[in-house]
Amino acid sequence: MSILINKDTRLVVQGITGRDGSFHTRQMIKYGTRVVAGVTPGKGGMEVESVPVFNSVNEAVKKTEANAAVIFVPAKFATSAIYEAIDAGVKLVVCIAEGLPTIELVKITAYLNGKDCRLVGPNSPGIVSAGEAKIGILPGHIFKKGKVGVISRSGTLTYEIVDHITKTGLGQSTCLGIGGDPIIGTKFIDCLELFAKDDDTEAVVIVGEIGGRDEQDTAEYVKKYFKKPVFGFIAGKTAPADKRMGHAGAIISGTSGTAAEKVKVLEACGIKVGETPAEVAQLVKNRLA
Amino acid sequence: MKVHEYQAKNIFNKYGIPIPEEKMCVSVDEVIAVSGELGLPCVIKAQVHVGGRGKAGGIKVAKTEQEVKEYAKQILSMEIKGLPVRKVLVSEAVSIASEAYLGIINDRTAKKTVMMACKEGGVEIEEVARKKPEAILKVYADSLIGFLPHKARQIGLFLYDDSKTAFVCAKIAEKLYKMFIELDSSLAEINPLVVTDSGELIALDAKINFDDNGLYRHPDIEAMRDRESEDESEQMARESDLSYVKLTGNIGCVVNGAGLAMATMDLVKHFGGEPANFLDIGGSSSPQKVKNALDILLRDKNVKVIFFNIFGGITRCDDVANGILEAKKELKIKQPIVARLTGTNQEKAMEILKEAGLIFAQSMDDGAKKAIQLLK
Repeated sequence: MSILINKDTRLVVQGITGRDGSFHTRQMIKYGTRVVAGVTPGKGGMEVESVPVFNSVNEAVKKTEANAAVIFVPAKFATSAIYEAIDAGVKLVVCIAEGLPTIELVKITAYLNGKDCRLVGPNSPGIVSAGEAKIGILPGHIFKKGKVGVISRSGTLTYEIVDHITKTGLGQSTCLGIGGDPIIGTKFIDCLELFAKDDDTEAVVIVGEIGGRDEQDTAEYVKKYFKKPVFGFIAGKTAPADKRMGHAGAIISGTSGTAAEKVKVLEACGIKVGETPAEVAQLVKNRLA
Repeated sequence: MKVHEYQAKNIFNKYGIPIPEEKMCVSVDEVIAVSGELGLPCVIKAQVHVGGRGKAGGIKVAKTEQEVKEYAKQILSMEIKGLPVRKVLVSEAVSIASEAYLGIINDRTAKKTVMMACKEGGVEIEEVARKKPEAILKVYADSLIGFLPHKARQIGLFLYDDSKTAFVCAKIAEKLYKMFIELDSSLAEINPLVVTDSGELIALDAKINFDDNGLYRHPDIEAMRDRESEDESEQMARESDLSYVKLTGNIGCVVNGAGLAMATMDLVKHFGGEPANFLDIGGSSSPQKVKNALDILLRDKNVKVIFFNIFGGITRCDDVANGILEAKKELKIKQPIVARLTGTNQEKAMEILKEAGLIFAQSMDDGAKKAIQLLK
């Protein structure tokens, strides 16, 4: 088992005819993902990697029974692409696109309220359920089917940590990047709720960074409700205050949102925090071995 | 993106939020002329992108012509936390009956826009939130409908006992919300919002930050960017679509991805070194981007060793390798380069770089340790 996606997930790729969209469609198919449709308005009737292209997500869903969408369109069009996917009735929307204005996420959050649809991202590298399916841009070769769940605010740092986990001999159930923006569709706690019910996940690693207080809220949730072992890594111990460190959400405001503060709360809630990516993997290995 | 107080006040003015009579000046002569128009006493305020101006002596009340000249000279030649003061705002001195705080942000946890009010003005709101959270009223906007008038009145009535003042304040709150949404702000503060002796409400100070992700649809806001007060390297980085933040160490880091870039700095520190910078070359990096990155990095004369940490996904290691080769030639790089390149096309990258005289690392840990070793 896994969370969010598996080998039965039927994916529609929004922006499939673009450079990134077509490249990653090929990679996703190679990993075993069932890519059933693509959408680029005005390019309906084409094929990309033998996948039929439609003019709208609605049409793609009706004709192919797609139940998940991934968004590879430029930031300027990503907001409307998200609404289009929600309205077409898919259950999962993964937004790889980055650079969406924060206020758009405020509105999208309200629009999603009460609907049976989950948004992951924006600015997400995607989701991999090891050995089953991959949505997004994560490099497939570093994953191995196993029992560790990984949730991360980052992209390449996720690869680094997944790679270390795989090298210890362990593997992953599902790994997802929730995105580095201040407001995102799916947060750490939402993922933990899913991992709690997934029998194949025996431990979870959360990869956080400076900015906001999601990691702290998550730690308190873990202490109260989450029964499986959780491990953590926080990036940005050396980051100065009031400077945006790449990700829109990675900023220490005044004295709040520092790595030190996060590590302290995580540890107080019983979450072991690794000093380095290699150390996190070793902590998990020691516990599960 | 930050703007100066005088720019924020201009925006307030456009949205009908009352501000004092005031004018931005860049020279002592201008200050003297403006103070003549406004009358004495007047307030001279340094315009710099750092907090704590007042404590640093960057805000002065001048009561005589002599003081105007003296303070203008003083403030226009000072540095506040390392930033030279190039502009001052000269403002009428307002007689203050009471001060309050009014601010608005997008709440990351609630995923909603929230207006915050506090009866104490001139405060650091985060400080109040920590020590006396009950002193702050938070009112959430409806994300699809907006900030309803009764919610604005709730703010006014919380701040002021007198209903007339409360309802004037409610109008200001509505205008502040409208501005915040229309301009893609990430933070807007009226701190303090004052009631004058004659009972008028005025935004005595103004702070607006803008969401960088929203700037593409506000060229007029982008045009307000004060390039002079920005670090030149950070400015170059932004123009080349790179994220760069200068630190104080001597190990220059070049990384793909923000999370990994932070983790790389932390790792250098963990093994006893000092990172010189944060630098994210982003996703699909071309050789040109790598070259630009090295160009920016080497402007910092403290950099003694360069550490490349690349985990290829979208980023192709061979692109990075070609960028390193070209940069080595064109920029005549003398500093040793430690390279850890893994992932997409790593074999090709090794082939490209085999004669380049780099020090290769097998892992992130190995790379950080080798970079530190080179300094010894």
